[in-house]
Amino acid sequence: MTVQADPPARSGTMGHVAYVLRENPVTALSFALFAFFLGSALFGPMLVPYDPLATEAAIALQPPSAAHWFGTDSLGRDVFSRVIVATRLDLVISVAAVALSFVVGSVLGAVAGYRGGWTDIILNRVLDTIMAFPLFVLAMGIVAALGNSVANIIYATAIINVPFYARLVRAEVNIRREAGFTQAAKLAGNSDARVVAFHIFPNALPPMMVQVSLNLGWAILNAAGLSFIGLGVRPPTPEWGIMVAEGANFIVSGEWWLALFPGLWLMLAVFTFNLMGDGLRDIVDPRRRT
Amino acid sequence: MLSIKDLKVGFRTRRGEVEAVKGISFELAKGERLGIVGESGSGKSVTSYALMRILDAGGRIKAGEAVYSGVDLRRASERSMKALRGREISMIFQNPRAALNPIRKVGHQIEDVLRQHARATRADARQKAIAALEAVKIRDAEARYEAYPFELSGGMCQRVVIAIALACDPKLLIADEPTTGLDITTQKAVMDLVDDLVRARGMSSILITHDLGLAAQYCDRIVVMKDGAIVEAGAPGALFVRPSHAYTRKLVDATPRRGATLRSLLPEGERTALAPHRVSDDPLLEVRGLTKTYAGKSGPVHAVKRFDLTVRQGESVGLVGESGCGKSTTSAMLVRLMDASAGEILFRGTDLAAIPAAEFARHPLRPKIQMVFQDATDSLNPRHSARQSIAEPLKRMTGLSGAALTARVEELARLTGLPAHLLDRFPHQLSGGQKARVGIARAIAPEPDFLILDEPTAALDVSIQAVVLNLLADLRARLGMSYLFVSHDLNVVRLLCDRVVVMKGGEIVEVGPAERVMNDPASEYTRALLSAAPQAPAPATSASQAPAPATSTPQAPSAATPPAA
Repeated sequence: MTVQADPPARSGTMGHVAYVLRENPVTALSFALFAFFLGSALFGPMLVPYDPLATEAAIALQPPSAAHWFGTDSLGRDVFSRVIVATRLDLVISVAAVALSFVVGSVLGAVAGYRGGWTDIILNRVLDTIMAFPLFVLAMGIVAALGNSVANIIYATAIINVPFYARLVRAEVNIRREAGFTQAAKLAGNSDARVVAFHIFPNALPPMMVQVSLNLGWAILNAAGLSFIGLGVRPPTPEWGIMVAEGANFIVSGEWWLALFPGLWLMLAVFTFNLMGDGLRDIVDPRRRT
Repeated sequence: MLSIKDLKVGFRTRRGEVEAVKGISFELAKGERLGIVGESGSGKSVTSYALMRILDAGGRIKAGEAVYSGVDLRRASERSMKALRGREISMIFQNPRAALNPIRKVGHQIEDVLRQHARATRADARQKAIAALEAVKIRDAEARYEAYPFELSGGMCQRVVIAIALACDPKLLIADEPTTGLDITTQKAVMDLVDDLVRARGMSSILITHDLGLAAQYCDRIVVMKDGAIVEAGAPGALFVRPSHAYTRKLVDATPRRGATLRSLLPEGERTALAPHRVSDDPLLEVRGLTKTYAGKSGPVHAVKRFDLTVRQGESVGLVGESGCGKSTTSAMLVRLMDASAGEILFRGTDLAAIPAAEFARHPLRPKIQMVFQDATDSLNPRHSARQSIAEPLKRMTGLSGAALTARVEELARLTGLPAHLLDRFPHQLSGGQKARVGIARAIAPEPDFLILDEPTAALDVSIQAVVLNLLADLRARLGMSYLFVSHDLNVVRLLCDRVVVMKGGEIVEVGPAERVMNDPASEYTRALLSAAPQAPAPATSASQAPAPATSTPQAPSAATPPAA
């Protein structure tokens, strides 16, 4: 009778979310910023005043003005439009990469933590090997080997993030392997796979949420970093990393707006994701409900 | 020596300040042994923390005064409190392993206190630390000086903690549940030791405990606390034999003791007649030669050796022993969470030991054998509401769903006395007794024939234990289940069980009808277990046999070998 049980539970969840946001103004601010970025990603391309790809040599390198809020770049493109349109690509890369590493890391970590023994030892050594490389260099290598495409940036970012999730889940599952509620779940007729998936794993969610939010910010930086050094999204596609890279050439000659605004958006995005962590954790943790 | 007047302690929380101690007053004379008795949440530990000024962050003494030998403990500077702690007032904590630093040798930890209070110099610290270990009767103290806490047993760790507490000859010793988590024979050894040392040195002591028997046996005067206030005070004999306050009466009634029956644990108004349970002659469970052997570093370790047991339909059997005796391993094998190394478990003729534990979850007999776990908090998934926890076995094993499932969950809640409006709460929003009810409701949900109760009341207060034990008896009479009641406490087991099995070192040392084992134990070990259990004096009116006149002596009348005063 899920239909009957759901409405009170749902209103309870919404009430709890509202409580978390009220309780902590920083969390509320981060969720508001996230909503802004989400809006930019969804509707930005429709709302921006100029075509982000349209060049107009006559108005190249203009400083911020009423017509062009963030100024124009060396080809006369509107920086504001480009910054807003770039949101979608950057968010897609980071969210897809984090989602991928979340899923793969969770499965690997849960199996290793629950089975223990050789499975655990082998998986841990593999993860250690991945972590032994400087992660950004590893990502560069993966993209360079597979080729410059958005999909490959996502895979590279996901691969270097997997060890963090796998280790976290492994530890969280491992300490609950012998817990009373795990045994009770077996007595209730659950197979081992169900016990792990539906009884133990959800308990790892609160710390995972903190990891996810930190990782999202980190993944955005990583994608921008790859583009910055030329291994990633290719121009003229608007992307914060490329825009910072391109703008960097003009800072010496005084055209600061080219690098500043995409850099600022990048910083704000990372800031938002990092601040969301605590709020997400409090939302998925039923113990925070009193 | 110590005088407390109208002491109030408050804690800041999310919903404003909560008063944990609401204006208590008592005095402690030199050489007196005071007991503070109360259930969890009564404020007894907070009182002692306030005296030592070691309250958690957010806690503070709001009002009142506490004077120790002329020093105002409320206003004393942190520096003078530091000098006081350990040298004048010492404390023994509940969990000795947590109280000791795990990565330092115990000898060094004793030296720390000695050096801190300038009782030893670098040169003679080692010698004095060894003397302190000898004072708490640790054999081979010189070798133990080099030991780390993990190398010592729980009882040994508690002795080290006592050695640290007494190293600087304090005048007042506060013991906060010093024997919780220790075996009953170890508890007796530790308490006798503390008592001897306190008497020999002419110290005062405050024993904080939930165990009335322990307080009766080792204290001159007892203060009973409830919800942050003192409800009654007096000598243990008078207090327990003729309690004047209703709460004391309830506590005394609820404490299992010889001669008590299940219903007599409940408050007088709730003692309805106990329906008898029917025991048939058909065997339900026959266990033969059940053995569990682990591969240890130095050869195989025999956790359980050739365990034989027959449980008849409707019968309740108690499995008693101290930690490490193999009772938990045995119950894990019987409930099919663990594979046996050898032996058979015949359940109505089917050999369950032949089915691997990993596959048993899908076996048609799975619903028939269930278990109530020791720690209700640990055994409930923190992310599942009470309703989800109770519904889980029904969904997996009976195929109920929709309205039928909801109805069955509510019926189970009614059977176990859990108010329906609590069903949508999460475990952390429920009290210990309510969590125990959820655990029992979940276990009986698939209508098992055989229910293993693994110390289901060990973590509960005595008054709640009384209610839960009665609930289990009612359910048995109503549903005709067989119980295997696993416990360390013979007094509790006797109340519920027809027969008792006593285990030691993985082997059965005694089997017999509960009354016979209690009154006329055949084995030396059972006798030791029985005599180590502290006994509270029986209340005057409800005792079936005439209570001993205990008004003047602090010793419990029925304690087998009280320490010579």
